[in-house]
Order: sequence, then C-alpha cells, then structure tokens
Amino acid sequence: MVRRVLFGGGVVSVMAGALLLAACGGGSSGSNNTSPINNVQPISVSGGPVPGQIYPDGAFTSVTICEPGTSTCQTVGGILVDTGSIGLRVLASAIPGLNLPQLSGAGTGLFSCVSFVDGSFLWGSVAQADVKMADEVASGGSVQVIQNPTGFQIPTACSNGGVNIDNQVALGANGILGVGPEPVDCGFACDPSSGTTPPNVYFTCAPNGNCQLAQVPFAQQVINPVVLFPVDNNGVIVEMQSLGGTAATDSGSLVFGIGTQSNNTLPNAATVFTLDDFDNFTTNFNQQALNASFIDSGSNGLFFPDDSIPQCAGNSIAPGFFCPASIQNLSAQNVGVNGRNNTVNFSVDNAVNLFQSNPSDAAFPTLGGPNGSGICSNQNSGACSFDWGLPFFYGRKLFSSIDGQPQPTGLPAAPWWAY
Amino acid sequence: MKTVFYGAALLALALFPFHARAALGGRVETVEADRVHMKGTVQVRQANAYSVHEIQAPNNVLVREFVSPAGVVFGVGWRGPFMPDMQQLLGAHFAHYQAAVQAQKSGYVGRRPLNIQSPDFVVQMNGHMRAYSGRVYLPTQVPPGARAEELW
Repeated sequence: MVRRVLFGGGVVSVMAGALLLAACGGGSSGSNNTSPINNVQPISVSGGPVPGQIYPDGAFTSVTICEPGTSTCQTVGGILVDTGSIGLRVLASAIPGLNLPQLSGAGTGLFSCVSFVDGSFLWGSVAQADVKMADEVASGGSVQVIQNPTGFQIPTACSNGGVNIDNQVALGANGILGVGPEPVDCGFACDPSSGTTPPNVYFTCAPNGNCQLAQVPFAQQVINPVVLFPVDNNGVIVEMQSLGGTAATDSGSLVFGIGTQSNNTLPNAATVFTLDDFDNFTTNFNQQALNASFIDSGSNGLFFPDDSIPQCAGNSIAPGFFCPASIQNLSAQNVGVNGRNNTVNFSVDNAVNLFQSNPSDAAFPTLGGPNGSGICSNQNSGACSFDWGLPFFYGRKLFSSIDGQPQPTGLPAAPWWAY
Repeated sequence: MKTVFYGAALLALALFPFHARAALGGRVETVEADRVHMKGTVQVRQANAYSVHEIQAPNNVLVREFVSPAGVVFGVGWRGPFMPDMQQLLGAHFAHYQAAVQAQKSGYVGRRPLNIQSPDFVVQMNGHMRAYSGRVYLPTQVPPGARAEELW
C-alpha cells in the first residue's frame, strides 16, 4: 500500500500499513489484557559488540528488525538501551540482509539527523521497519538507518561541527534503542502544523546532494517502538541487578508496559516523579536545585556538577571522568514537578583506578564525571543538570511512562519516572 | 536589571545581510545576524559587568549572547529542544570548537555531557534528546566582575 503524505512542500510516498500513532488516540492500556504475551526483553552490561573495546556502563540488548509486513528479518545484538533518546537507530552495516523502504518522494529521500550532547551526531535515512522485542511487535514505524550518503556530503546543518559516529567502533554499538518518555524524536516542531522553519532533525535530499530542512508529520517521525506495540505500549521498566561493586557484567530486563500485566505493576511504595516540558525533574544536590535533571540509561556514568571532585587527566585511561583521591559517598534528593521526592545515596570512585584495577570489567556502579562547572544560578542558568546514568539503574527498577500514552488508574498523566 | 527591546534591527540588517556570520568573539552588532538566522526576537538585559542579548526562536530554542562593555561577544549559551547552528553562533571560533570536540570524543568510549575546559576556550553541553543546553565562552575575554557560572 502506498500512502502519500505532504511534507517539506513535496509529496512523499510511504510504503507502510496504516500508521496510527497511539499517542494520537489509539493504543491500549490498563490491566485488561486477556492473553498476556512475553513482554520481557533481556539486557546486559557486557562491554558492547566491538572486539577488544569495553564500553563501560553500557546496557545492550538485541532487536529483531524486519522488512515491513514480511518475514525477512534480522536480529541485531549490541543495541544500546537508551532512555535519553527516542527511536531505533541502527547501523546499515549491521543489517546487510535487509532492504528497508526509505521514506521518499519527488526524487528526494528523507533523512534523519540526531545530535548528542557529547558533540557527536548520527545521519541516516528514515526507513520503515517492523521491530520485534520479546513477543512484542512494532509494525511499520520509522527507524533511522545510519549510513553516510553516497554522492553528497552530510549537510552542515546536521554535522554542526560535531563528530560523525557512523560506525561500530565510534558508536560503540550496532545501534541505539531510544525508549525515553516521548513517542517520537522531534514532535510538534517538525510537524507541518507547527508552521515554523523545521529544526535540524529531518532533511530531504535529492540525489545531487541538494538537501533541505524538512517537515515530517508525527506519524512518519522516528518513533519509540513501544508506542506501536498493540499492547504494553504506555511505558517501559528498566530493571538491573544490584552490584556489590565493579563487575565483569550485569544483567537486567527491559519490561514493556506499565500496569498492563502482572509483571509490570507499579509498586505502592514507588515514588512517581512527574516531569516538566523538557522531561526533566529537579535534583537537590550540594544545596542547589538542579532543575534540568533526568534519568538516562544511555549515559555511561553519573554526571553532575561538583567542582570539588578532581577530574581524571585528559591523557589518562579515563579522561573526563571523576578521579577523587578516595571514594566519595554522596547524597542527593530527586524531586518531581509534583513535589514527590526521594533521597538517593551514591558513591563516586577514582575512574583511573577502577579501569586499571578491573581491566576486563564492564559494570562500574561508582563511575561519575562532571556535568558543567560552577554553580546553578538563578534564571535557570548555569550548571543545573544531574544526569543519572546507568550506575543509577543498578539494583533499581525504573518505570518510565511515555508522554500521551494512557496510564493505569490512579497514576498521573505521562510523562513521569517512578522507582 | 532592566529590559529593553533591541532597537537597531534595520541598521544591523543593512550592515549584516542574511547569513552574515556572528558572533562569539565578534562585535555586538553581529547578534542581529544571529537573530535573523534564527528568525527570532531579541531582548537585551543589562547585568552588572556585561549585557545579555537573549534571542528566542519560534522553535523554542533560546540563545543568550554575552557582550562585554567593550562591545565584544565573549560567550554564548543556549537551551531548547534542538541544537542551535554552531557555525552561526561561534563564527571565527567554529573551527576551534570542531577540533576540540573531535579531540575529546576520540579519547573515550561512551556517552556523556561535553566538557571542554581550556584556558582560552570553554565548551559545555548537557541534556538529552529534545532538551539540549550548552555554552561556549572565551575565559580570557570575560570582563572583570562577570562570573563564569552566569554565562549559560
């Protein structure tokens, strides 16, 4: 079936079945499933897929990707589980057996660009795929297939001075599974109805390399696969085994749905932290209210502003991490927009010592690093962000609800985190 | 603190036509080129030791340019759902930014906030998809009385 969709001033043909965003009225939730399906996808902290390279504190899983509506599929391991981004992005080199249909039209192809806060970026085509994890299937949603363009340069509006991490070594993974608290990677600002100049997220490019910023309707944006599941589509749980200290590996689960099956009920004792318009909450730390804080399984450490903790040397084996003389035992308080709060005790150790003493380990509960410098001043300016990376997940069961998706009775509207 | 609306748009437009490059290290007049590029509105706020030219773009990206009493843009900060155009904002310092990011990214495996702190160039970014924040400033050009933590 060919659907024609208007975007960027052109007509775009989309090979897909009926694409209906659950966030726009569809979807199902609640605890009324009659036939529960396997909603548990194993994840592991194992150093990642690159031979000879250890990705510290990275949580990986495998995803089965299929040509839409077919049984032509490939299972790809080494996919980073990332609650700090939205959508599945996979290296083209990891799916050589697949020919996923790219969104395109009027002689141009549709491309996606994602910028990361470490200064890296990913460029690739927007393609349709069926995405399978556990027994869950997301049919016909948009994914990003990471690949350099042939015959033209990546537009500077995308590269933006950053580093292209378009290969397994640079990415440290075969792809990224973004299961953060939003349904799509861009949202209203990219939708034609916004009426504004599109941001540097989507581009249409003609074969001659003439690329233009493009508007893309919600339903064609790179999508959090969870919202396309017929059931268990209102959020995820990331649950990791607790660690007594640095370890070779850690294991855990990515559980789909919140309050939709007996294994994903939010415990009464859990605290629910509602989020602001940027999906952030506040972390009180060192007598400061860090009001742009968030939980991110894709950050491989605890990153927070504390100028009193020395950083590891730039030419060490752990540049940019913290290197205190002795382990630092610290405390912070997370506070939701709803005022609900919880105190977190955590520790940060010397990253050079950790890496040197445990050269084959991949799981480091005390890995940390700086997040800005100086203080968080008034006017929401300054170093105002606590990035609760993967070490925060060890020994916790973290619930992340997805914006726009219906939540169980008695719980706030999404998005929120709970643990 | 007082807030005044930026009032030299026509003159600046004449001096700096579309796609003129700004801003870091440049003259205060280059702020207007950034505003035009972002299709935004600008407000100027006076702090103790500098002025802040705050550009609000329609796509909810906010850029702050910090201008010394001598009229030089010594820092830029931003926040919003998307990254700003770094080449536009950093002007002559864009290549410096590129090299610094490349050097840092090649030194580790993983994902984290960017933190480049050298004696003459500081770049820090943080956040996550749909919520970016960052700043670049020139420590040697920060006017006396300005505090670095305010420059964001």
